[in-house]
Amino acid sequence: MARITVTVDGMRFTHEVEPRTLLVHYLRETVGRTGTVVGCDSSNCGACTVLVDGESIKSCSVLAVQADGAEIETVEGLAAGDGTLHPVQQAFHEHHGLQCGYCTPGMLMRTVCLVRENPEPTEDEVREGLKGNMCRCTGYQGIVSAVMAYSQAARDEEVGR
Amino acid sequence: MSTAPDAPSAQDERTPEIGRARLRREDERALTGRTRWTDDMTLPGMLHLSVLRSPVAHASITELDTTEAARAPGVVGVWTGEDLPEQGAMPTAWTVSDDMRTPPYFPLSVGSVKHVGDIVAVVAATSKEAADDALELIDVDYDELPVVVDPMVAKQEGSPLVHPDLGTNVCATWGLDSVTLGTGGDAAAAIREAESDPDQVVVRRTLRQNRVTPAYIEPRSIVVDPTAEQVTMWSATQVPHIVRILMAMTQPIEEHELRVVAPDVGGGFGGKLQFTREEALVLLIARRLRLPCKYTESRSESMQSSHHARDQVQELTLAARRDGTITALDVDLTADMGAYLGILTAGIPLLGGFMFNGIYRIPAYSFHCTDVFTNKTMTDAYRGAGKPEATFGIERMMDELAVELDLDPIEVRRRNWIRPEEFPYATVAGLTYDSGNYDQATDKALAMFGYDELRAEQRRRREAQDPVQLGIGVCTFVELSGLAPSRVLGGLNYGSGGWEHSTIRMLPTGKVEVVAGTTSHGQGHATAFSQIVSDELGIPFEDIVLISGDTASAHKGMDTYGSRSLVVGGMAIVGAARKVVEKARPIAAHMLEASTDDLEFAGGRFSVKGTGSGVTIQEIMISTWLAHDLPDGLEPNLDADCTFDPENFSYPTGTHLAAVEVDTQTGRVTVRDYVCVQDVGVLVNPMIVDGQVHGGLTQGIAQALYEEIQYSDEGQLTSGTLADYLVPAAPDVLRYRTDTTVTEATTNVLGVKAVGETGATAAPPAIVNGVLDALRPLGVTDITMPCTPPKVWTAIDEARRTTEGQVTA
Ligand code: FES
Ligand code: FES
Repeated sequence: MARITVTVDGMRFTHEVEPRTLLVHYLRETVGRTGTVVGCDSSNCGACTVLVDGESIKSCSVLAVQADGAEIETVEGLAAGDGTLHPVQQAFHEHHGLQCGYCTPGMLMRTVCLVRENPEPTEDEVREGLKGNMCRCTGYQGIVSAVMAYSQAARDEEVGR
Repeated sequence: MSTAPDAPSAQDERTPEIGRARLRREDERALTGRTRWTDDMTLPGMLHLSVLRSPVAHASITELDTTEAARAPGVVGVWTGEDLPEQGAMPTAWTVSDDMRTPPYFPLSVGSVKHVGDIVAVVAATSKEAADDALELIDVDYDELPVVVDPMVAKQEGSPLVHPDLGTNVCATWGLDSVTLGTGGDAAAAIREAESDPDQVVVRRTLRQNRVTPAYIEPRSIVVDPTAEQVTMWSATQVPHIVRILMAMTQPIEEHELRVVAPDVGGGFGGKLQFTREEALVLLIARRLRLPCKYTESRSESMQSSHHARDQVQELTLAARRDGTITALDVDLTADMGAYLGILTAGIPLLGGFMFNGIYRIPAYSFHCTDVFTNKTMTDAYRGAGKPEATFGIERMMDELAVELDLDPIEVRRRNWIRPEEFPYATVAGLTYDSGNYDQATDKALAMFGYDELRAEQRRRREAQDPVQLGIGVCTFVELSGLAPSRVLGGLNYGSGGWEHSTIRMLPTGKVEVVAGTTSHGQGHATAFSQIVSDELGIPFEDIVLISGDTASAHKGMDTYGSRSLVVGGMAIVGAARKVVEKARPIAAHMLEASTDDLEFAGGRFSVKGTGSGVTIQEIMISTWLAHDLPDGLEPNLDADCTFDPENFSYPTGTHLAAVEVDTQTGRVTVRDYVCVQDVGVLVNPMIVDGQVHGGLTQGIAQALYEEIQYSDEGQLTSGTLADYLVPAAPDVLRYRTDTTVTEATTNVLGVKAVGETGATAAPPAIVNGVLDALRPLGVTDITMPCTPPKVWTAIDEARRTTEGQVTA
């Protein structure tokens, strides 16, 4: 067992974990945050994507112990405390960027990172940026529109500030 | 698209909800990670199950020793087929013919395995890790047996037998013939005649439907809690009602002892339309141990054991006059069942048998199907189920006919399709298409696409011998949706009705619970159904909530598959709502001191004709609940039930056009543009319709270009993860251009058709026709799906060699 301390969506946790525990299982089973989900065992689907120290990573491809000391952001921390949706969530809602919603947590977290890295992406860049995240329901059209709209909203907010 | 809810308006001035692109009410939970997937669930004392799956395709089990696994840390129990004498055989719901052979199929295999992934043992432990670790301590000796993976080989005399006791690999044979049906002539005779008639042509092709899998993103998961009087099963299923009844009919539990809940379910596409062995196993073990148990499949397990689909060989013969008019169609189909029969397995190709004639006037038709067993995972429903296969067959043949006669592929279709004035149209396969207008949709699609300009560009690039050739793919399709009239299903030996159920519960404070027998796994039922009820009852959208997916609260239903939720389930909701209005009418009359005949109901309000006085249905609810002053003899209750049995299927249609670029040097196919104009009847929520179309198109394009379940000759699954089974990601597809035309369905009161399966049905032939259109000048006449770069390149290379050979000879 190894002792780790992490911050998840602003809350600090210290736990003993088995060294083989994947970060996604740690988040889901030990921390009890089931918003982050698993879709594959080959690091292909991206459903488990979270932000670790601001970087989007597939939480099924790293061990919990590797996240010791890290700041982790998940889909459950996106909305404001009063329930107001984060602009990325609002964009997915308005552009029908989800159907069953299973890929959505990963899509949202990947999008936050993608737009931070490339604030003015073209449609091709958005598609390329999402290539590690699979959606079986939407055909991506709503998702791509949502990401474009979110990047615009994020830029507008910058300008407004 | 409107984003903000409308400002409150007087109820009789309300804008209709139907037709409005309302944002989905189900989004918020998913966007905030507050969905409840089955695998999210933990119950006190819960154990975790893992199953041991066969690594070989066919073997008898000579030894199976679980002693060591049973002693491993955390393990509570290990069972093999022999240890579970109470397990019942898994059912199939569709006996397609009297001679259909149903092989033994148990939750845990007994004595032998029939495909890679077949289940050999199950372990229960205190953690998933402990259960997985223990699997490795189970000792199994497999005595390997001969394997058959190709259905054409399997049906031959003398090929290895999947189930030696059956003495054959043929599961069933089934056919349709226009002579027997009385709908047309003798196809075989017409084809013979055409062969010797210089004014006719006969086109023969053998086409392959690649084996694919639904590949929902949420793995299947099951939790069973046996600790209350009613055992509760949560399952990531599309069909909680069907699971409940089949469980009760085949396993040691009675129907009233079991409640099945489908909580949030992540995708289905037919993949979760199954009563699974894993569901049966979790129930059996949980009951034995008297403790809650959970099983969640891994993606690799899902690829091995959740059903596959398609996998057909189609031998097609089309006869036509030289002006393009079709005179006969004959279809000889070989369909791969895999090793076992799921609930619909044998019936999928049969559904296709009704649709090979497409939208065309075909005077003579024969269809013959042979269902065969192989040492592969069973096949069953996947988006469209049987109809995409049939559409592929006929739409590829229409292009082959066009080539043969040197006609434009649109023109050859136009000369054959059913004309608007011919509806309702009785097809040669015995169905009646209620409405449609194929010219309208096609003309609109051609204009959007810029068909003539693209043809001109194609000519230029051909002449210039451009290494990247342009192809135009066409598909004009019709779908058979909305399963289904119960009487028709009975005629086909399908073991269930096709009705759907709904209850509308009117709450005292004026709010409404709509209980539906269908379940949603991404289709937006809560939004669309609330829109329908809002219009029917004139009640604000926000005052309505949907309850579904739980056999305890939605006690009756046939669940969601075959695009039936709106066209069948939606009509049950409309029926219930209209009964509510009729129940409210005498109460309204009493309250308004008027006669019921003088009342009209509009915008949620009963009013006395010619006067201003009225009362809203929401006001009537509180007074019904109080029941202080109701008309004599009236029950204080405004709830209503409706069980709707459709009189016909629903027939969405449309025209799909694909512009594909094929790099002749690498074999890479790129879809440059995709236009589809569909007639899905009245649109309840255009935004949801678009989403369904996009998703279906992506799955259809994926079948044409990327996806294939592959087995080695030894029956090893060589595409067993998402790394080698290529589900498209965002860069692999494009922005589609879609539009609609509307001919109202005449078989339901809302005029709605269906939409979920259309994209997956029409896209594969559109894409493959396009690829071949690009490559025909090079001598390429066929490429099987998926059209991957190596396959396309090889086809080009082979065609070039043949042409060169001819030149030198
Ligand atoms: S679960 Fe992590 S990439 Fe699929
Ligand atoms: S919304 Fe279902 S997988 Fe993306």
